[in-house]
Amino acid sequence: MLNYFELFAIPTAFDIDLQHLSKNYQELQKLTHPDRFAGQSEQQQRVAIQKNSQVNDGFQVLKSPVRRAEHILALRGIDMANETQTMQDMEFLMQQMHWREALEDSEQANEPQRVIEELLDEVEAAQKHTKAQIAEQLLANTSSADHAVADEIRKLKFMDKMQSEIAEMEERLFS
Amino acid sequence: MALLQISEPGLSAEPHQRKLAIGIDLGTTHSLVATVRSGVAETLANENGEHLLPSVVRYQQDKTLVGDAAYKSAAKDAENTIVSVKRFLGRSVADIRQQWPNLPYQFVSEEAQSVSIKTIQGDKNPVQISSEILSILRQRAEQSLGDEVTNAVITVPAYFDDAQRQGTKDAASLAGLKVMRLLNEPTAAALAYGLDSGQEGVIAVFDLGGGTFDISILRLNKGIFEVLSTGGDSALGGDDFDHTLADALADQLGFDATQRKRYYRDLLSASKQAKEQLSELDIVNIDLGFAGFGEIQVNKEQLEALIKPLIQKTLRACRRALKDAEIDKQEVIDVVLVGGSTRVPAVRDAVEAFFEQPPLTSIDPDKVVAVGAAIQADVLVGNKPDSDMLLLDVLPLSLGIETMGGLAEKVIHRNTTIPIAKAQEFTTFKDGQTAMMIHVVQGERELVSDCRSLARFDLTGIPPMAAGAAHIRVTFQVDADGLLSVSAMEKSSGVTANIQVKPSYGLQDDEIADMLKASMSHAQSDMQARMLKEQQVEAARVLEALNAALAQDKALLDESQLASLSSAMQQLTEMAERDDIEAIKESIKQVDVASQRFAELRMDQSINLALAGQSVEKL
Repeated sequence: MLNYFELFAIPTAFDIDLQHLSKNYQELQKLTHPDRFAGQSEQQQRVAIQKNSQVNDGFQVLKSPVRRAEHILALRGIDMANETQTMQDMEFLMQQMHWREALEDSEQANEPQRVIEELLDEVEAAQKHTKAQIAEQLLANTSSADHAVADEIRKLKFMDKMQSEIAEMEERLFS
Repeated sequence: MALLQISEPGLSAEPHQRKLAIGIDLGTTHSLVATVRSGVAETLANENGEHLLPSVVRYQQDKTLVGDAAYKSAAKDAENTIVSVKRFLGRSVADIRQQWPNLPYQFVSEEAQSVSIKTIQGDKNPVQISSEILSILRQRAEQSLGDEVTNAVITVPAYFDDAQRQGTKDAASLAGLKVMRLLNEPTAAALAYGLDSGQEGVIAVFDLGGGTFDISILRLNKGIFEVLSTGGDSALGGDDFDHTLADALADQLGFDATQRKRYYRDLLSASKQAKEQLSELDIVNIDLGFAGFGEIQVNKEQLEALIKPLIQKTLRACRRALKDAEIDKQEVIDVVLVGGSTRVPAVRDAVEAFFEQPPLTSIDPDKVVAVGAAIQADVLVGNKPDSDMLLLDVLPLSLGIETMGGLAEKVIHRNTTIPIAKAQEFTTFKDGQTAMMIHVVQGERELVSDCRSLARFDLTGIPPMAAGAAHIRVTFQVDADGLLSVSAMEKSSGVTANIQVKPSYGLQDDEIADMLKASMSHAQSDMQARMLKEQQVEAARVLEALNAALAQDKALLDESQLASLSSAMQQLTEMAERDDIEAIKESIKQVDVASQRFAELRMDQSINLALAGQSVEKL
């Protein structure tokens, strides 16, 4: 499979220099966008569309911590794209339920703004912690560490979803 | 200072050999054509000095009127005079009836998915009607520029879905135009402003035309125009202001259904006029003599109260677009107004209040889109080889497929930068299953029935296997015009499944081919000669480009690759000298196959060289 880190000429690692990534993205756009091949053969255009599609997808993947971690795992042979595995971590399941209840109750709370802000802070702290875990365990580069990373990614996905649900609730309540 | 380039005597390019290319704004209410001349992008006028061509087509027994002449007769011959045809592109009759129940047209079939209108000249579909407008603009450009013009950039609302975009492109080919790019209208407007001031930062483009509304958030950076998000409504515009006022007047006058239908066109024209006058005046008189009434007064407050809900709708879309772009209102350094409907003071005030800054209006909002399209056309046709300008656009609406239970599963999300490709895997449900159907939809809702149906794909030729054993990888590719194509392959056997596309709206490929053929008045032998010439020119072009590439990068290929490419090229050289059109076509295809890998390797090499240079710089 295509290694997006290589395409963007940056080291294959979870911690990346986002500015360097953006700079190379712009450079790659100039080199591969189909408009740069306007008037050339159909084949040139086709090759450009293919390569440019990889550049656009690659940028989305590398920009997002969750997808970047997934990509590293995929390069190591762990494919999470079509997985059906469910979360086993009881502690995290409890945490999930607690957040959901807090969000649902926020509508009726005395100070909904405060409740929502506290909830957001909590989720953001958890996201930060999980990202640090992922970074550390990816460095280990062992099979067991990689599977632990896959679990952390599942958690992070849930937290990202939770975060956008909180934002939606905030919008509904205060605008 | 850059060194002057001096070419070998006799080999220099003609000094003024600029290639001709035009930008067309195919609008709901009116259309324009523009081009870049002596470095300046300008719209072109007709012989009467008029730049705006009303997007109105009137079919008569023996001729077709387009523009002002057609517009003037709209009330007199409503059935044969098609107004705002852009609203019908890529839509079904049911969609149209639901939105505009009072249209005076006779549809060939009320049930059919593709729209066709009965006229005195026969049945006409929206693609044909749109192509009449494009043809007139093309003729205008040819008269103005004194030469044949085929290369064009045509603008579409950013919010246009796949069927609407495809319809626009089909109309252009029917009008004899080669579409170099379908460009989103707000992006075109940003281009027109951006190049003037050379600014950097985030801008918002608020585009309220006759029939469509778009909001786009863009980041400008060193010549790159990156669309961060786009939103809007492909059925909301100034025409709706007119309809709202006309309906209110009809209510006020106590019109019954027959009167409404009979006087609707007149009522609409009167409302439009009143709306325009109310941009300058506080109160106007509407003459209802056509319906046997006297004059009626309408004031600014009444109009503003009527259109307020429509304006609120545009602001909601702005809020969402900012959120999608992850941009705060305060980060927006400029707001650009596009479209004639932004002349309505209530609209301007609402935009200014929302973005907390006065919007830019220095370029005529009616012309700004065409000007931007002309600038892009000039670059794409190759008149500005040193230009750094690049437009990165996004997919306006998510693409998804129908899954079990009528749910839509998103494959490519809205606001993804295009071109983009995504692959999805499917498996068979029954033993020995050799075919399956994939339903592609566009939209944000969860239920398929709430999204727009784009097409159904029949995959056939899947090798028979046990249920669940076949893995069919379907690739959805969206190109730079925002148009979708689909390919499929069975993974374990490598068999390519055949795909037959049935577009849900609009026209099938062969219908377009038939229309093209019918529109060609050339005699058969003329056609043959022309097609042969075209293929020979194409062959020469392919060979020349490949020879130039080989002279540079031959080393990328190993001996056997080089040998098979050389032999394919030799074959093509021989075929191009004969007069067998099909044989030349086939040889071009062979060369294409033999050189595909070479083209990819060259692309990779250019990337490696450029990025390697950067890393060294960094160290």
